[in-house]
Amino acid sequence: MKDKVILLAEDNPDDVELTIRAFRKNHISNEVIVAKDGAEALAYLHGTGMYAGRDITVIPVVVLLDLKLPKIDGLEVLKVIRQNEFTKLLPVVILTSSAEQQDVINGYNLGANSYIRKPVDFEQFTEAIKSLGLYWLVWNEPPPTKRKSEG
Amino acid sequence: MNRLDVIDILLVEDNPQDAELTIRGLRRRNINNPLHVVEDGAEALDFIFCRGAHGGRDFSKLPKLILLDLKLPKMDGLEVLKALKLDERTRAIPVAVVSSSQETPDIQTAYALGANSYVVKPAGFDAFLEAVGNLGFYWLLVNQPPVK
Repeated sequence: MKDKVILLAEDNPDDVELTIRAFRKNHISNEVIVAKDGAEALAYLHGTGMYAGRDITVIPVVVLLDLKLPKIDGLEVLKVIRQNEFTKLLPVVILTSSAEQQDVINGYNLGANSYIRKPVDFEQFTEAIKSLGLYWLVWNEPPPTKRKSEG
Repeated sequence: MNRLDVIDILLVEDNPQDAELTIRGLRRRNINNPLHVVEDGAEALDFIFCRGAHGGRDFSKLPKLILLDLKLPKMDGLEVLKALKLDERTRAIPVAVVSSSQETPDIQTAYALGANSYVVKPAGFDAFLEAVGNLGFYWLLVNQPPVK
Protein backbone atom coordinates (compact mmCIF):
# COMPACT_ATOMS: atom_id res chain seq x y z
CA MET A 1 0.00 0.00 0.00
CA LYS A 2 3.04 2.27 0.45
CA ASP A 3 3.45 2.78 -3.28
CA LYS A 4 -0.05 4.21 -3.57
CA VAL A 5 -0.34 7.95 -3.87
CA ILE A 6 -2.82 10.20 -2.11
CA LEU A 7 -4.28 13.10 -4.08
CA LEU A 8 -4.88 16.13 -1.90
CA ALA A 9 -6.93 18.89 -3.54
CA GLU A 10 -6.46 21.84 -1.22
CA ASP A 11 -5.77 25.50 -1.92
CA ASN A 12 -4.77 26.56 1.59
CA PRO A 13 -0.99 25.97 2.01
CA ASP A 14 -1.34 25.82 5.82
CA ASP A 15 -3.89 23.04 5.59
CA VAL A 16 -1.71 21.20 3.07
CA GLU A 17 1.22 21.36 5.46
CA LEU A 18 -0.83 20.30 8.48
CA THR A 19 -2.32 17.37 6.58
CA ILE A 20 1.05 16.10 5.36
CA ARG A 21 2.57 16.56 8.81
CA ALA A 22 -0.28 14.59 10.38
CA PHE A 23 0.30 11.76 7.90
CA ARG A 24 4.04 11.67 8.56
CA LYS A 25 3.57 11.80 12.31
CA ASN A 26 1.40 8.70 12.03
CA HIS A 27 3.83 6.85 9.75
CA ILE A 28 1.73 7.24 6.64
CA SER A 29 4.58 7.76 4.23
CA ASN A 30 2.70 7.53 0.93
CA GLU A 31 3.47 10.16 -1.66
CA VAL A 32 0.99 13.04 -1.48
CA ILE A 33 0.20 14.78 -4.76
CA VAL A 34 -1.03 18.28 -3.99
CA ALA A 35 -3.44 20.00 -6.37
CA LYS A 36 -4.00 23.63 -5.43
CA ASP A 37 -7.18 23.98 -7.41
CA GLY A 38 -9.88 21.82 -8.96
CA ALA A 39 -8.44 22.07 -12.45
CA GLU A 40 -5.08 20.73 -11.25
CA ALA A 41 -6.77 17.80 -9.51
CA LEU A 42 -8.54 16.83 -12.72
CA ALA A 43 -5.36 17.39 -14.75
CA TYR A 44 -3.60 14.85 -12.53
CA LEU A 45 -6.41 12.31 -12.81
CA HIS A 46 -6.80 12.74 -16.56
CA GLY A 47 -3.11 13.12 -17.38
CA THR A 48 -3.54 16.50 -19.01
CA GLY A 49 -1.94 19.97 -18.68
CA MET A 50 1.02 19.86 -16.29
CA TYR A 51 0.47 16.10 -15.96
CA ALA A 52 0.33 15.37 -19.70
CA GLY A 53 1.76 11.95 -20.47
CA ARG A 54 1.21 10.55 -16.97
CA ASP A 55 0.04 6.93 -16.87
CA ILE A 56 -3.59 7.52 -15.89
CA THR A 57 -4.21 3.87 -15.08
CA VAL A 58 -2.19 4.59 -11.94
CA ILE A 59 -4.91 6.08 -9.79
CA PRO A 60 -4.62 7.41 -6.23
CA VAL A 61 -5.77 5.20 -3.36
CA VAL A 62 -7.89 8.08 -2.09
CA VAL A 63 -8.67 11.67 -3.03
CA LEU A 64 -8.99 14.24 -0.24
CA LEU A 65 -11.11 16.97 -1.67
CA ASP A 66 -11.69 20.45 -0.32
CA LEU A 67 -14.95 22.02 -1.45
CA LYS A 68 -14.02 25.65 -1.91
CA LEU A 69 -11.36 25.42 -4.58
CA PRO A 70 -10.27 27.96 -7.19
CA LYS A 71 -11.07 27.41 -10.88
CA ILE A 72 -13.24 24.30 -10.48
CA ASP A 73 -14.95 23.76 -7.15
CA GLY A 74 -14.85 20.51 -5.21
CA LEU A 75 -18.35 19.27 -5.99
CA GLU A 76 -17.73 19.84 -9.69
CA VAL A 77 -14.47 17.86 -9.45
CA LEU A 78 -16.38 15.06 -7.73
CA LYS A 79 -18.98 15.03 -10.48
CA VAL A 80 -16.30 14.67 -13.15
CA ILE A 81 -14.52 11.92 -11.17
CA ARG A 82 -17.75 9.91 -11.03
CA GLN A 83 -18.36 10.30 -14.78
CA ASN A 84 -14.92 9.15 -15.89
CA GLU A 85 -14.39 5.45 -16.61
CA PHE A 86 -10.96 5.32 -14.91
CA THR A 87 -11.93 7.19 -11.77
CA LYS A 88 -15.61 6.53 -11.19
CA LEU A 89 -15.00 4.07 -8.32
CA LEU A 90 -12.15 6.02 -6.76
CA PRO A 91 -12.67 6.70 -3.03
CA VAL A 92 -13.23 10.42 -2.50
CA VAL A 93 -13.28 11.97 0.96
CA ILE A 94 -14.51 15.53 1.19
CA LEU A 95 -12.32 17.38 3.68
CA THR A 96 -13.68 20.83 4.26
CA SER A 97 -14.37 23.52 6.81
CA SER A 98 -17.96 23.79 5.60
CA ALA A 99 -20.49 22.50 8.09
CA GLU A 100 -23.44 23.42 5.96
CA GLN A 101 -25.92 20.59 5.86
CA GLN A 102 -26.58 21.20 2.19
CA ASP A 103 -22.90 20.69 1.31
CA VAL A 104 -22.90 17.43 3.26
CA ILE A 105 -26.02 16.14 1.49
CA ASN A 106 -24.84 17.29 -1.94
CA GLY A 107 -21.47 15.69 -1.35
CA TYR A 108 -22.97 12.30 -0.54
CA ASN A 109 -25.55 12.51 -3.30
CA LEU A 110 -22.83 13.19 -5.87
CA GLY A 111 -21.05 10.06 -4.70
CA ALA A 112 -18.53 11.17 -2.06
CA ASN A 113 -17.49 8.16 0.00
CA SER A 114 -17.08 10.18 3.14
CA TYR A 115 -17.36 13.76 4.42
CA ILE A 116 -15.08 15.17 7.07
CA ARG A 117 -15.36 18.57 8.62
CA LYS A 118 -11.90 19.92 9.36
CA PRO A 119 -11.63 20.33 13.11
CA VAL A 120 -10.43 23.84 14.05
CA ASP A 121 -8.38 22.54 16.94
CA PHE A 122 -4.88 21.42 15.92
CA GLU A 123 -4.84 18.21 17.98
CA GLN A 124 -8.27 17.21 16.73
CA PHE A 125 -7.24 17.98 13.17
CA THR A 126 -4.22 15.69 13.53
CA GLU A 127 -6.40 12.94 15.02
CA ALA A 128 -8.94 13.21 12.21
CA ILE A 129 -6.20 13.01 9.55
CA LYS A 130 -4.67 10.02 11.30
CA SER A 131 -7.97 8.15 11.40
CA LEU A 132 -8.77 9.13 7.84
CA GLY A 133 -5.37 7.98 6.59
CA LEU A 134 -5.50 4.64 8.36
CA TYR A 135 -9.08 4.03 7.32
CA TRP A 136 -8.62 4.59 3.59
CA LEU A 137 -5.07 3.26 3.29
CA VAL A 138 -5.18 0.28 5.58
CA TRP A 139 -8.65 -0.76 6.69
CA ASN A 140 -10.73 -0.09 3.60
CA GLU A 141 -10.51 -2.50 0.67
CA PRO A 142 -10.00 -0.23 -2.35
CA PRO A 143 -11.84 -0.79 -5.62
CA PRO A 144 -9.94 -3.10 -7.96
CA THR A 145 -7.63 -1.15 -10.25
CA LYS A 146 -8.45 -1.22 -13.91
CA ARG A 147 -5.56 -2.73 -15.83
CA LYS A 148 -4.43 -1.39 -19.15
CA SER A 149 -5.34 -4.62 -20.93
CA GLU A 150 -8.95 -4.25 -19.84
CA GLY A 151 -9.04 -0.97 -21.68
CA MET B 1 -41.67 7.73 19.99
CA ASN B 2 -40.80 4.29 18.66
CA ARG B 3 -37.48 2.98 20.00
CA LEU B 4 -36.50 2.11 16.44
CA ASP B 5 -36.92 5.75 15.40
CA VAL B 6 -33.61 6.68 16.97
CA ILE B 7 -31.26 4.09 15.50
CA ASP B 8 -27.81 5.41 14.51
CA ILE B 9 -26.37 2.13 13.25
CA LEU B 10 -28.28 -0.44 11.23
CA LEU B 11 -26.41 -3.73 11.22
CA VAL B 12 -27.52 -6.09 8.47
CA GLU B 13 -26.05 -9.45 9.44
CA ASP B 14 -27.55 -12.94 9.42
CA ASN B 15 -24.82 -14.58 11.47
CA PRO B 16 -25.66 -14.02 15.18
CA GLN B 17 -22.06 -14.60 16.20
CA ASP B 18 -20.76 -11.94 13.82
CA ALA B 19 -23.51 -9.57 14.97
CA GLU B 20 -22.53 -10.08 18.59
CA LEU B 21 -18.84 -9.58 17.85
CA THR B 22 -19.64 -6.43 15.90
CA ILE B 23 -21.55 -4.98 18.83
CA ARG B 24 -18.73 -5.92 21.21
CA GLY B 25 -16.13 -4.34 18.92
CA LEU B 26 -18.11 -1.09 18.85
CA ARG B 27 -18.77 -0.98 22.59
CA ARG B 28 -15.09 -1.62 23.28
CA ARG B 29 -14.30 1.64 21.45
CA ASN B 30 -17.05 3.39 23.43
CA ILE B 31 -19.32 3.65 20.45
CA ASN B 32 -22.57 3.33 22.31
CA ASN B 33 -24.89 4.72 19.65
CA PRO B 34 -28.25 2.99 19.38
CA LEU B 35 -27.95 0.02 17.06
CA HIS B 36 -30.44 -2.35 15.52
CA VAL B 37 -29.75 -5.73 13.92
CA VAL B 38 -31.74 -7.08 10.99
CA GLU B 39 -31.02 -10.59 9.77
CA ASP B 40 -31.94 -10.50 6.12
CA GLY B 41 -31.90 -8.14 3.17
CA ALA B 42 -35.68 -7.81 2.87
CA GLU B 43 -35.99 -6.73 6.48
CA ALA B 44 -33.17 -4.21 6.00
CA LEU B 45 -35.20 -2.46 3.31
CA ASP B 46 -38.41 -2.78 5.36
CA PHE B 47 -36.60 -1.09 8.23
CA ILE B 48 -35.21 1.78 6.15
CA PHE B 49 -38.36 2.36 4.11
CA CYS B 50 -40.70 1.74 7.10
CA ARG B 51 -42.64 -1.09 5.52
CA GLY B 52 -44.00 -4.43 6.72
CA ALA B 53 -43.03 -5.14 10.33
CA HIS B 54 -41.45 -1.65 10.44
CA GLY B 55 -44.51 0.13 9.08
CA GLY B 56 -44.81 2.27 12.21
CA ARG B 57 -41.29 3.68 12.07
CA ASP B 58 -40.66 7.33 11.24
CA PHE B 59 -39.07 7.47 7.76
CA SER B 60 -37.44 10.83 8.42
CA LYS B 61 -35.20 9.19 11.05
CA LEU B 62 -32.47 7.64 8.92
CA PRO B 63 -29.49 5.83 10.44
CA LYS B 64 -26.05 7.48 10.33
CA LEU B 65 -24.42 4.27 9.15
CA ILE B 66 -25.46 0.97 7.62
CA LEU B 67 -23.13 -1.99 8.07
CA LEU B 68 -24.05 -4.42 5.33
CA ASP B 69 -23.08 -8.05 4.95
CA LEU B 70 -23.27 -9.38 1.38
CA LYS B 71 -24.45 -12.97 1.73
CA LEU B 72 -27.89 -12.55 3.24
CA PRO B 73 -31.11 -14.58 3.19
CA LYS B 74 -34.13 -13.43 1.14
CA MET B 75 -32.36 -10.57 -0.62
CA ASP B 76 -28.59 -10.34 -0.89
CA GLY B 77 -26.54 -7.38 0.24
CA LEU B 78 -25.80 -6.05 -3.24
CA GLU B 79 -29.54 -5.89 -4.00
CA VAL B 80 -30.11 -3.99 -0.76
CA LEU B 81 -27.29 -1.60 -1.63
CA LYS B 82 -28.71 -1.02 -5.08
CA ALA B 83 -32.18 -0.21 -3.73
CA LEU B 84 -30.73 2.24 -1.17
CA LYS B 85 -28.47 4.04 -3.62
CA LEU B 86 -31.08 4.29 -6.38
CA ASP B 87 -33.56 6.07 -4.13
CA GLU B 88 -32.72 9.74 -3.72
CA ARG B 89 -34.25 9.75 -0.22
CA THR B 90 -31.75 7.19 1.04
CA ARG B 91 -28.77 7.60 -1.32
CA ALA B 92 -26.78 9.76 1.09
CA ILE B 93 -26.75 7.27 3.99
CA PRO B 94 -23.20 5.91 4.34
CA VAL B 95 -23.14 2.18 3.65
CA ALA B 96 -20.06 0.20 4.63
CA VAL B 97 -20.03 -3.31 3.20
CA VAL B 98 -18.57 -5.70 5.76
CA SER B 99 -18.08 -9.06 4.15
CA SER B 100 -15.87 -12.12 4.29
CA SER B 101 -15.70 -12.03 0.50
CA GLN B 102 -12.44 -10.85 -0.99
CA GLU B 103 -13.65 -11.59 -4.51
CA THR B 104 -12.79 -8.83 -6.96
CA PRO B 105 -16.26 -8.89 -8.61
CA ASP B 106 -17.98 -8.39 -5.23
CA ILE B 107 -15.73 -5.43 -4.38
CA GLN B 108 -16.07 -3.95 -7.86
CA THR B 109 -19.87 -4.32 -7.91
CA ALA B 110 -20.27 -2.93 -4.40
CA TYR B 111 -18.39 0.26 -5.32
CA ALA B 112 -20.17 0.52 -8.67
CA LEU B 113 -23.52 0.39 -6.85
CA GLY B 114 -22.39 3.18 -4.55
CA ALA B 115 -20.97 1.51 -1.43
CA ASN B 116 -19.14 4.13 0.63
CA SER B 117 -16.59 1.61 1.85
CA TYR B 118 -15.75 -2.08 1.69
CA VAL B 119 -14.16 -3.81 4.62
CA VAL B 120 -13.15 -7.47 4.60
CA LYS B 121 -14.04 -9.31 7.82
CA PRO B 122 -10.77 -10.46 9.35
CA ALA B 123 -10.64 -14.15 10.27
CA GLY B 124 -9.37 -13.96 13.86
CA PHE B 125 -11.47 -12.99 16.86
CA ASP B 126 -9.27 -10.11 18.04
CA ALA B 127 -8.70 -8.82 14.53
CA PHE B 128 -12.45 -8.82 13.95
CA LEU B 129 -13.13 -6.82 17.12
CA GLU B 130 -10.41 -4.34 16.21
CA ALA B 131 -11.62 -3.91 12.64
CA VAL B 132 -15.18 -3.27 13.72
CA GLY B 133 -14.02 -0.82 16.37
CA ASN B 134 -11.98 1.10 13.80
CA LEU B 135 -14.88 1.10 11.40
CA GLY B 136 -17.32 2.43 13.98
CA PHE B 137 -14.87 5.05 15.22
CA TYR B 138 -14.27 6.38 11.72
CA TRP B 139 -17.89 6.48 10.59
CA LEU B 140 -19.46 7.75 13.78
CA LEU B 141 -16.80 9.98 15.28
CA VAL B 142 -14.70 11.23 12.36
CA ASN B 143 -17.09 11.18 9.42
CA GLN B 144 -19.91 13.68 9.17
CA PRO B 145 -23.17 11.83 8.48
CA PRO B 146 -25.80 13.34 6.17
CA VAL B 147 -28.28 13.41 9.05
CA LYS B 148 -27.96 15.29 12.32
